[in-house]
Amino acid sequence: MGSLIFYTVLVAAVVGTISAVILFLVAKKFHVEEDPRIDQVVDVLPGVNCGGCGHAGCRAFAEACVKAPAFEGLFCPVGGNEVMASVARKLGKEVPSRAPMIAVVRCNGSRQNRPVTSRYEGPESCAVIHALYRGQTGCQHGCLGQGDCVKVCRFGAMVMDPVTGLPLIDEDKCVACGACIKACPRGIIEMRLKGPKGRRVFVSCINKDKGGVAMKACRAACIACGKCVKECPFGAIEMQKNLAYIDDEKCKLCRKCVAVCPTKAIREVNFPARSVAPVSGPEATTPEGGR
Amino acid sequence: MGATPAGIKTRTFPQGGIHPPDLKLSADRAIVPAPVPSQVALLLGQHIGAPAKPVVGPGDKVLVGQMVAEASGFVSSPVHSSVSGTVLRLDDVPDVSGYRRPAIIVKVEGDEWMPSIDRSPGLCEEIAASPQEIVEAIKTSGIVGLGGATFPTHVKLSVGPGKNPPEHLLINGVECEPYLTADHRLMIEKAPEIVTGVRLLMAATGVRRAMIGIEVNKMDAVRSLQEAASRYPAIEVVPLQMHYPQGGERQLVKALIGREIPPPPQGLPIDVGAVVINVATVFAVYEAVQKKKPLIERVVTFTGKAFFSGGNFLVRLGTSVADLFSSVGGVPEDIGKIVCGGPMMGRAFADLDIPMTKGMSGLVLFSRAEARQGEITNCIRCGKCVAVCPLGLEPYLVAGLVERGDLERAEKERAVSCCECGCCDYICPANRPLLDYLKIGKARIMEAMKRRAKG
Repeated sequence: MGSLIFYTVLVAAVVGTISAVILFLVAKKFHVEEDPRIDQVVDVLPGVNCGGCGHAGCRAFAEACVKAPAFEGLFCPVGGNEVMASVARKLGKEVPSRAPMIAVVRCNGSRQNRPVTSRYEGPESCAVIHALYRGQTGCQHGCLGQGDCVKVCRFGAMVMDPVTGLPLIDEDKCVACGACIKACPRGIIEMRLKGPKGRRVFVSCINKDKGGVAMKACRAACIACGKCVKECPFGAIEMQKNLAYIDDEKCKLCRKCVAVCPTKAIREVNFPARSVAPVSGPEATTPEGGR
Repeated sequence: MGATPAGIKTRTFPQGGIHPPDLKLSADRAIVPAPVPSQVALLLGQHIGAPAKPVVGPGDKVLVGQMVAEASGFVSSPVHSSVSGTVLRLDDVPDVSGYRRPAIIVKVEGDEWMPSIDRSPGLCEEIAASPQEIVEAIKTSGIVGLGGATFPTHVKLSVGPGKNPPEHLLINGVECEPYLTADHRLMIEKAPEIVTGVRLLMAATGVRRAMIGIEVNKMDAVRSLQEAASRYPAIEVVPLQMHYPQGGERQLVKALIGREIPPPPQGLPIDVGAVVINVATVFAVYEAVQKKKPLIERVVTFTGKAFFSGGNFLVRLGTSVADLFSSVGGVPEDIGKIVCGGPMMGRAFADLDIPMTKGMSGLVLFSRAEARQGEITNCIRCGKCVAVCPLGLEPYLVAGLVERGDLERAEKERAVSCCECGCCDYICPANRPLLDYLKIGKARIMEAMKRRAKG
């Protein structure tokens, strides 16, 4: 019995030693010299591997940061200016600060505003519905309501609102990684400037149909009346293919367009309550940012 | 399969396929012309390829058979007015998918035909046109594959660079989709015309032998065509076993001449020396060449178990589904779903205002009870979908990969080979939406391949 244990231990020890030597030699032979700064940069990055920067994970981004002579086009949307500043300190480079961005849902076609025209039975996937047909309402551009965007959000920043049937974005959790934008087959979600104190104004509709057609499909659709374009004192609004678009760089948040929009397709977020109520129309039912 | 008459040798394709109940409820109903509506919407994209370019404007007067939109490329097809009247406007109207597409809207005034069209009922068997003239007539008459794929027919007849000229002309009279009887009725009522059409196509392609494949649930059509073709030994009518999807060209070529088309998406029947043309298309070719009549109407089966006054209607293209309904006595109650095309490959639609197009072979109505979908449960790896796939794919695997977003592996598993026949969806005991995911996977991979090809 004693000799059995002895030989077992001996064989294990010999095999172990030989393997260790082989592994040591292989590791020496195939050693890859890596810039130690890559690890340092990885340490300050959020480490969620969301791909929002356009690289395959945080490590790939760190490598790109170390290699690049300047930070042109390199930005971690999750970490924001703070993280980029500390990355820059580690590498001794200049980093341009960027205004914080946020994803916005450009559809106001809630259950209240957009009548249902057909019933869909099938897999819960916007991509599948989009490939099959127009969707359950008369609008061929709007939200399909199956939550493909919610499924891809890795930050828990999106939920489907059970009342409106539209996705809601949590302003505190959204890191502007852009995963939802890629997931949406209709291209409803857009990355826009978060704005001072989170205040922003945008056209919450992407319906490019003519006014009458859009109006028939949804009460809160942009009908391309052009009132906002005329009203805007800063020339920030442009009419593109029957759809108004507000340039967030030019917009000064005066909210005059919101007041004149007859369908309330233009939405203002995080502004204090107005003293004078804007023109009557359908209720804007997307409580953007949960507010 | 029980319908196979004794003593007849039948053929079929070997791999996969299913045997759904055939439900040809309207098989004994003769083709009747549907009333001309008060307004038609002629979609510009009624075919695969570039949409046609309008050549008329609002206010223009048009006659039946007058070209209103011209082909905008080689793989394209012109559109002709199916009615006489005034062009109201060019507008976007929802097609079968519900998405709005450009169309020409014509208000109907009377029924005045182009004087060049021969409207006499007599059979015109004499072939006077040269092969080039036949192809040209097919091209300018806007003829596309009427089986549903709507591929421009003149493209099939033109031998592409680096390809050998065809040896076989295969006529598709299979109509393997349940419910549909449009081709069936046409083969019974217009057999001599179809045989003349086959001879025209043989002349156009220089092919010496033609085969007409018909499934054995249509023995009356087999007999009527055999009789009509009895004077032409080069034309053979071949009874085929009932086997879905035998109407797919890949399966039909295998069943009729035993040849295997190279794998999709590049492989075409011409690679094995075959040209496959649907029997309704053959009839349209006859009318275009012999009667100078462009493609302005087609036979549509209007059926459904819940809908007893169904039948086969000769419908002017651009007639809305609602108009068709009103001509047969209104929309029945308790309709759960209307499918355009057959129940296997057709698509359900939500608007009754959609216009009829060249590719619509039938409208099948389902009651709410029939349309109800079973609960989707987990895949149990039973392998039934693999057994029935006529392309030899593993649908459960490919659909799962697409669902999880792994398109790279889905491509390796040949997702683009899928012919969208729906056998996997039909057989799945867990009601998994296999075809839905195969379709989007296929579309996305094709897109990625195109991007890669561009560099």
